[in-house]
Amino acid sequence: MSATAPLTREPGARPAPLALRCLRQALYETRSILSNGEQLIVSIALPLMAMIALTWLDLLEGFASSRINAAAPGVLALCVVSVAFTGQGIQTGFDRQYGVLRSLSTTPLGRGGLITGKGLAVLVVVCLQVLVIGLVAALLGWTPVAAGWPAAALMLLLGSIAFTSLGLLIAGTLRPQATLAVTNLVWVLLAAVGGLLLPLSKLPGLLGTAATLLPSSALGEGLRAALIHGRIDPTSLLVLAVWSVLGTAAAVRWFRWE
Amino acid sequence: MHASDPSRPAAPPAVFVDSLTKSFRAAGGRRQHVLHSVSFRAEAGAVTTLLGTNGAGKSTSLACAQGLLRPDGGTVRLLDEDPWHSPATLRARVGVMLQDGGLPPAQKPLAYLGHVASLYARPRPVTELAERLGLNEFSRTPIRRLSGGQKQRVALAVALVGSPEVLFLDEPSAGLDPQSRQVVFELIEEERARGRAIVLTTHLLEDAERLSDTVYVIDRGRTVAHGSVAELIGHDSPPSLTVSFAEGITPSWPAGLAPRREGGAYVLDAVDSPQLLARLTSAWAEADTLPVSLRLERRSLEDAFLALASEASHDLLEGSRA
Repeated sequence: MSATAPLTREPGARPAPLALRCLRQALYETRSILSNGEQLIVSIALPLMAMIALTWLDLLEGFASSRINAAAPGVLALCVVSVAFTGQGIQTGFDRQYGVLRSLSTTPLGRGGLITGKGLAVLVVVCLQVLVIGLVAALLGWTPVAAGWPAAALMLLLGSIAFTSLGLLIAGTLRPQATLAVTNLVWVLLAAVGGLLLPLSKLPGLLGTAATLLPSSALGEGLRAALIHGRIDPTSLLVLAVWSVLGTAAAVRWFRWE
Repeated sequence: MHASDPSRPAAPPAVFVDSLTKSFRAAGGRRQHVLHSVSFRAEAGAVTTLLGTNGAGKSTSLACAQGLLRPDGGTVRLLDEDPWHSPATLRARVGVMLQDGGLPPAQKPLAYLGHVASLYARPRPVTELAERLGLNEFSRTPIRRLSGGQKQRVALAVALVGSPEVLFLDEPSAGLDPQSRQVVFELIEEERARGRAIVLTTHLLEDAERLSDTVYVIDRGRTVAHGSVAELIGHDSPPSLTVSFAEGITPSWPAGLAPRREGGAYVLDAVDSPQLLARLTSAWAEADTLPVSLRLERRSLEDAFLALASEASHDLLEGSRA
């Protein structure tokens, strides 16, 4: 302000640096996710149960050197959908209803910082999920191909972006109760027949072909290619990249803050 | 403000809103015009109040001034910047308390206040605000289980924690018990004394009268009047006398004075001199009658507001007939 300004400028009326604001919002969002019992059930407990079930049943027989080697990559894919799509979608839907989004967007954080914080929180929780699921899977005898981890990390990152943007798109356009119903239903469908837990080759003919273009199957197939065979699957990479771009563009275009 | 230095250019007001219009898409695709022409300005070191009934357009006007809504037309300036696309540096200088609070229900009050504080370079100490607003008594309760008044106090703390130069308060006293209302009013007055520009909305005339330096009356999306409370009430107009007597007593009146009956009382307008009052009381003294009650008062803001609102609706009717 120039010297003509009548307003007193006491120290304090300044924002914290941008990176710090986003980081603090990320920590805040991460704590919110980890202290929410329902979120923990969807993000950790249900994927763990799915993994144990898949090592008992013979659904994935012959797909990899052992059942756990065939199951674990798909469980990691399910984790991403749990936290990014279902978890963040529901959380954001209710934040919107309670006016938290409005309120925080008037602080130095702003809308950009708010979304960045939510996205970073998803990545932090995905890392924690990989640790927990990986640890339990290792106890069950999981031996992932070490050379596949960079490709797996790339898939997890792209999957997080794609599913966060889709979750926010639903949260920003539907009522929170509808968001709750839709994201949970989609989670179940994608887990069962969306190529997350079960490879597409396990799905019957037409369904399998159609599912190839889903972000869920791209994420599942991409992680299986990386951690079972140690290679990067170009189709998965392309499909996930396209969904990330489309999802983000749609969320930016249609997300309503009120 | 700078009367001592006339060569200095007038500083822009903290908030400047002129001829603001805003419409929303209603159900069925029809456009619903919420703001037709709202204008107001808020200066530093003053409380500016938007007064109007529920649905008059006060909150929508504030949302446009805060940069939460994009205006359809008109001018909106916040600290001489455009609030839509406001950068973080501008947002840091503005504190907002939303009508519904905007608080996350699962959080604990002080933890959330601490988080918002961490978004500022030099926030106000959280402990000091918590002490002042009495937040410590429920610091371990999730926000969802707080009463309406407790939530209001947390929301006010959130608005104040960045030491903003401009403070927007949407219905700050709604749902408050008398004690917390007093605390909130004291804080508002303190912020005014520190040179902050405070913009608040209320539908409570009592609050407007108590706090405001300038009142803007908003009615159906229009600014229909503005001025100081004294100006709106019309302090130049002489007070009225309202007097009532015990049943069965017919008071005598000095010649030429014809009071009107209102309920059980007599009302005499324009009692503009002590001499007139003395003539009245001596007439009663001669007749040996003592009034049961006797009240000399100016028009209240409520009277002024009702008069303005009926004027505005009359104008609207006239306009639609023409």
